[in-house]
Amino acid sequence: METITKKNTIADKFISEFESSKNSLFGSLKLREQAIESFTKQGIPTRKHEEYKYLNIDLMLKGEFVLTSSETLDQKQIEHTQFLKDAFVAVIENGVFVEELSKLNNLPKGLTICSLEEASKNFKQIFEKKYSQNLDVNADPFSALNTAMAKDGAFIYVAKGVIIEEPIHIIHISNANKNSIIQSRNLVVVDENAQVKIIESFETLDSTAKTFNNALTEIVIEECAIVDHYKIQDENELGYLLSTTQVIQKKQSLFSTHTFTLSGSLVRNNLNIILDGEHIETHLNGLYLTSENQAVDNHTVVDHRKPNCDSNELYKGIIDGKSTATFNGKIFVRKDAQKTNAFQSNKNILLSDDATINTKPQLEIYADDVKCSHGTSTGKLDEDKIFYLRTRGLSETSSKKLLMRAFASEVLDTIKINELQAYVENKIAKRFE
Amino acid sequence: MLVIKNLHASIDGKEILKGINLEVKAGEVHAIMGPNGSGKSTLSAVLAGRSEYEVTEGEVVFKGKNLLELSPEDRAREGVFLAFQYPVEIPGVSNVNFLKTAINEIRAYKGLAPMDAKDFLVMLKEKQKLVELDVKLANRSVNEGFSGGEKKRNEIFQMAMLEPKLAILDETDSGLDIDALRIVANGVNKLKSKNNATIVITHYQRLLDYIVPDVVHILYNGKIVKSGPKELALELEEKGYDFIKAEVRA
Repeated sequence: METITKKNTIADKFISEFESSKNSLFGSLKLREQAIESFTKQGIPTRKHEEYKYLNIDLMLKGEFVLTSSETLDQKQIEHTQFLKDAFVAVIENGVFVEELSKLNNLPKGLTICSLEEASKNFKQIFEKKYSQNLDVNADPFSALNTAMAKDGAFIYVAKGVIIEEPIHIIHISNANKNSIIQSRNLVVVDENAQVKIIESFETLDSTAKTFNNALTEIVIEECAIVDHYKIQDENELGYLLSTTQVIQKKQSLFSTHTFTLSGSLVRNNLNIILDGEHIETHLNGLYLTSENQAVDNHTVVDHRKPNCDSNELYKGIIDGKSTATFNGKIFVRKDAQKTNAFQSNKNILLSDDATINTKPQLEIYADDVKCSHGTSTGKLDEDKIFYLRTRGLSETSSKKLLMRAFASEVLDTIKINELQAYVENKIAKRFE
Repeated sequence: MLVIKNLHASIDGKEILKGINLEVKAGEVHAIMGPNGSGKSTLSAVLAGRSEYEVTEGEVVFKGKNLLELSPEDRAREGVFLAFQYPVEIPGVSNVNFLKTAINEIRAYKGLAPMDAKDFLVMLKEKQKLVELDVKLANRSVNEGFSGGEKKRNEIFQMAMLEPKLAILDETDSGLDIDALRIVANGVNKLKSKNNATIVITHYQRLLDYIVPDVVHILYNGKIVKSGPKELALELEEKGYDFIKAEVRA
C-alpha cells in the first residue's frame, strides 16, 4: 500500500503543479488540460502495465523530487557536450531552450531554430497545425504528462525544398542540485522535399542529485522530405531518461533513426513512427551497451497505414553485469497497407550470467499481400572465434573487444555523419577497455 | 625446438592421445599421417592450447619453455602457429585490422614498439602475393563468405604475416583442388627456413608431393606407431592404413 501512496503523491504533485502554472505555459491550454486529464486517468504506470512491465518506474521516481529547477550554466560547463565541430546547436537545459548557449549564427535561409515558446507566437500557423497533432496522449502516461507540463524546448522548421547540410545538434542537459523531474519537448517540422540531419544527445552534468528527464520530440516529415535522426544517450548513473520520439511521415519521405544508449541508470525509449502515405522508407537502428545495474528499454512502434512502404529495423545489444535490456518492437500493417515490406531484427550478446534480456517482437498484420519478418537472437560471445583470435596472438581481452566491436559495427556503419560516427565509435571503444 | 614426451590428453573423460613422443628441430618438416579418429586434430588442438582438452600426462617443451603452461596467445607470441582445418568466420572483423592487432600484440610481448603503418602495408602486399590472395579478400571480414580454398589460403597468408617458428598445418589439404593445393604448398615452401619448422598433419599423401617432409610419422589410436623417411608416406598411400593396423596388432 505504501508504494501506491507514494506514487499517488507524485502524480498529485504533478497535477497541483499543473494547476498553478498552467496559465503561464506556451501553446493551447485546452490541449494541456486534455493531457493532464488523460495523465490523471492513466497515472504513473506500475509493472503491471503491459508496456512498462520490465521497467522499474519506482526506482526512477524514488525519493523526493522537485518539478522545476533552474541552474545557471556557462559555456565552459557544457563545452564537452558539443562534440560536433560543424553543427548548429540548440541547448536545452532542464527542458528550457537556452539561446545564449546555443550556436545559431548564420542560419541558412529556410531554417528556423527557436524556442517553442517563441514558435507558439511567431510561427503560430505551423505550430498550431503540427504541435502535438500526431501524438496520442491516451496511449502513454508520460506523453500525456509531458504535453501537459512542458515549459519549453526547441522548435526546428526546415522550409519547403531546403537542404540543410550541417547537422542540427539538440543537446539535452540535465543539471540540478536537487533531485529533479524535467519535461523536455521539441518539435521538428521538415517541409516538402526538404532535407535535414538531427542529432539529439542527452547528458547529465556532474552532480549529486538524481534527474529524471521525460523528453519528447515530435518529428513531422512532409512529402518527399528526408530526415536522418540520431539519439546519443550517455547520461551518468544519476541520470534517468524516458525519451519519446513521435514521428509522422508523409508520402515518398525517407526517415532513418539511430538510437545509441551508452550509459545512464535507467533509459526508456519510445519510438513511434506513423507511415502515413505511399512509397515511404523507414530505417530504425539501435545499439545499447548496458552494464552494472543499468536498465535499458526500447519500445518501438512502426505503423504502416498506406500501401507500398518499406520499414527495416535493426537493434543490437551488448548486455553485461546485472543489467537488464528490453526490446519490444511492434509492427502494425493496416488493412490498406498492401505491398508492405517490414523487417525487424534484434540481436543480443550476454556477457554475464546475471544479465537479462527481454525481447518481444509483435507483428499485427491486417493486409494480405505483404512481406514481413522478424528475428531475434541472444547468445554469448562465440568461444570458437575467441580461440581462433587468441591463436593469432591476441589476448583474450582484445579478442573479446574485437568481437564486440564487430557485433556493434553493423549498427555503427549506419551512421552517415563521419564526425558523429568517430565520436560514437570512440565512446564504445572506451566502454570496452 | 619442440619436444613432446609421453603426451596423454583427453576430452570429456575420453583419452584420445595415449603417449605421444615427438621431436622437431629447426629447419625440419615433419608429416603426421593417420586414419580418421587417430588423434591428429587433437594433437594440433592441444599444441595450440584449446581448453576443452585436458592433458593428463606428459610434457611439451617449446624452445626450452613448458608450452602447456602458456595461454593460447602466449604460445602464438612464442612462435606457434596453427593453420585450422576449419578456419572460423568472423563477420565484422577485417582481416587487415585483425592482423595488425595480432602483430602488434606479439611485438608488445617481445618488448617491441608497434609496427610502422607503412612497413605493415608493404609486408601485407608482399605476403598477399606469396599466397596469391586477392587484395579484396584481404580487406574483407575474416573468412566471411570465403570458399574452402580461400579460407585455407587465408590461413597461410596469416602464417606468412605472423612469421612463426613452428607452423602446424592441420589437414590444410582437405577440400583443396589441385591448383589451390599447389598455391598453398608453394606458400609454405617459400616460408621455410633453417630457423623454423613445420608439422604437416594430413590424411593423404598428395600434399607431401609438394611439401616434402624430412620425417613421416604415423599416428594410430593416439600413439605414433611408426616413423620413417618420406618414402613411408608413399608406402602408406599404396598399402592403405590397414597395413599399419595389422602391424600394430602383430
